[in-house]
Amino acid sequence: MAETATKDMNVQVVEDKVTSPWKEALRTFLRSKSAVAGTVIVLFFILVALFAPIIAPEGINEQKLGDPSTHLVPPSSEFWFGTDEFGRDIFSRVVWGAQISLTVGFGAVVLSAVLGSFLGIIAGYYGRWVDTIISRFFDILLAFPSILLAIAIVSILGSSLQNALIAIAIVNVPNFGRLIRSKVLSVKEEEYITAAKAIGMKDSRILLRHILPNSFAPVIVQGTLAIATAIIEAAALSFLGLGAEPPQPEWGKMLADARIYLMNAPWTMIFPGLAIMLTVLGFNLMGDGLRDALDPKMKN
Amino acid sequence: MLLEVKGLETTFFTNDGKIPAVDHIDFKVYEGEILGIVGESGCGKSVTSLSIMGLVPNPPGKITSGEILLEGKDLTKLSEKEMRKIRGKDIAMIFQEPMTSLNPLYTIGNQLIEAIRIHNKWDKKKAANHAIEMMKLVGLRRAEELMKEYPHQLSGGMRQRVMIAMALACNPKLVIADEPTTALDVTIQAQIMKLMQDLNKKFNSAVLLITHDLGVVAEICERVIVMYSGQIVEEAPVMEIFKNPSHPYTRGLIQSVPDMREKKETLYSIPGAVPKPGSIKVGCRFAPRCEFARERCFNENPPIYDVSANHKARCFLLEKGEGTVYDKRAVES
Repeated sequence: MAETATKDMNVQVVEDKVTSPWKEALRTFLRSKSAVAGTVIVLFFILVALFAPIIAPEGINEQKLGDPSTHLVPPSSEFWFGTDEFGRDIFSRVVWGAQISLTVGFGAVVLSAVLGSFLGIIAGYYGRWVDTIISRFFDILLAFPSILLAIAIVSILGSSLQNALIAIAIVNVPNFGRLIRSKVLSVKEEEYITAAKAIGMKDSRILLRHILPNSFAPVIVQGTLAIATAIIEAAALSFLGLGAEPPQPEWGKMLADARIYLMNAPWTMIFPGLAIMLTVLGFNLMGDGLRDALDPKMKN
Repeated sequence: MLLEVKGLETTFFTNDGKIPAVDHIDFKVYEGEILGIVGESGCGKSVTSLSIMGLVPNPPGKITSGEILLEGKDLTKLSEKEMRKIRGKDIAMIFQEPMTSLNPLYTIGNQLIEAIRIHNKWDKKKAANHAIEMMKLVGLRRAEELMKEYPHQLSGGMRQRVMIAMALACNPKLVIADEPTTALDVTIQAQIMKLMQDLNKKFNSAVLLITHDLGVVAEICERVIVMYSGQIVEEAPVMEIFKNPSHPYTRGLIQSVPDMREKKETLYSIPGAVPKPGSIKVGCRFAPRCEFARERCFNENPPIYDVSANHKARCFLLEKGEGTVYDKRAVES
């Protein structure tokens, strides 16, 4: 009995030794079932996107115009998700579409997180008129309904997937900016910031070494959740004809093209829709798990 | 003379108007000495130290007049860039809260090396060796292992030792310690104070010790400055101030320290609280709480009187002929 107790204590000691704050967060994250499920879904779609050329039986645009018998075929062993009005294999297009949606999702979020963090840190750290200008700029962006603003930006830039990505990025900038600004406002009052100044550290170094890493956790959480929104927004823009161009198998675009067949060939909508839903669900579950792991208030 | 503060005024500009947190103070710090600044919370001790470091949060605070001469060079006139070269190298600082004065995301070693390399163009290896050496010097055993540990793995006392090692790493001429033991428990307090005293002798760095604990002052300081509501009210060598406290506020402070040899039911306390700086414009700032206050105290600002060669205090009771009244009552009580 006593022996097992000492053994347990030894295990405790060993575990306590590996305690970088990030490792601790990882442990909390892995303890949550829904977070792990979300991560599995996200990883699954990432793998699908990476190995699309191997997984997809057909290319993105293999129309079989001469063979009407292959048009709008329901799901079968040959065409797992059925075919669309041109005889294209929907399974292949959904698989290829993962590449597009994930690229747009990640791309837009990385872009807006970088821009937003930069502006937010400067606003929070320097305060005064710098803060006023940047914060009012965020307020202006937030005054528009996000999808309307995205539509406006795409109309100015011209409709293409790349411009849709940029538009979504710009729309999301204030979310990241405000988040990191408020975090910086509290971090900059920490004593270790004063201590860093007291040893003669430069402002730029303080920002990069002390303020950014200590303010970044919420950005990771927000980023994961924002990928989900970005994927939906990209699908919405494509659905409205402002994103992906015709042969591109963007999920939202596929939904738009399929909507006239909703009654007689529902599989043309169900599978792209399901793909959007699952990806978004995966990112949301993962984001919630990350928040629980990284937010000190949620601990214990 | 190492540091001379002349007529320093640090004002905070708030919505309620201008608040002079430090109101025209003058003092000197000599090479290698330990000078204590005591006073209640809100009397301007910390603002004084931040003013010397050039780290008064701006906005809302600003040094509005006066000079801070470090070896004859006026720090208030230096640019931010020149000031950075002085911080950490010539003047270092130790903070009140060892739990929060280290960045939780980096190892102890990482932070010490960084601090050393700001002012020395050494490679990482040399800086690391110096860091380990400093840690041993401040009495941290397992210095090599501690280099790889994170702040939360250390106790408060250990972290404060790390902060002291960091402060002394570049061999500063002046160390400002802002309530370095307030957040620690009593046994650790004594150890840290002893350590600071030893290091003061070893490095010959002057120490400006900011505290509200007269016991700590009695223990290690050579001279003491008593501040009240942004002003210096008394300045004297440490023995002198306990033997002959000449300002009623100093007397009150000394009386409110519990004495082991006396059995008393209740501890003496000064009635009232420190007035908000700037709220008393005319008269002695301590007058509303002073048991010796007379009409004159409310209408005139008392100047600083010499009690003896190096003992000064700001109280009308010290005016010629008046002191006798005070002495009598002091003896009676």
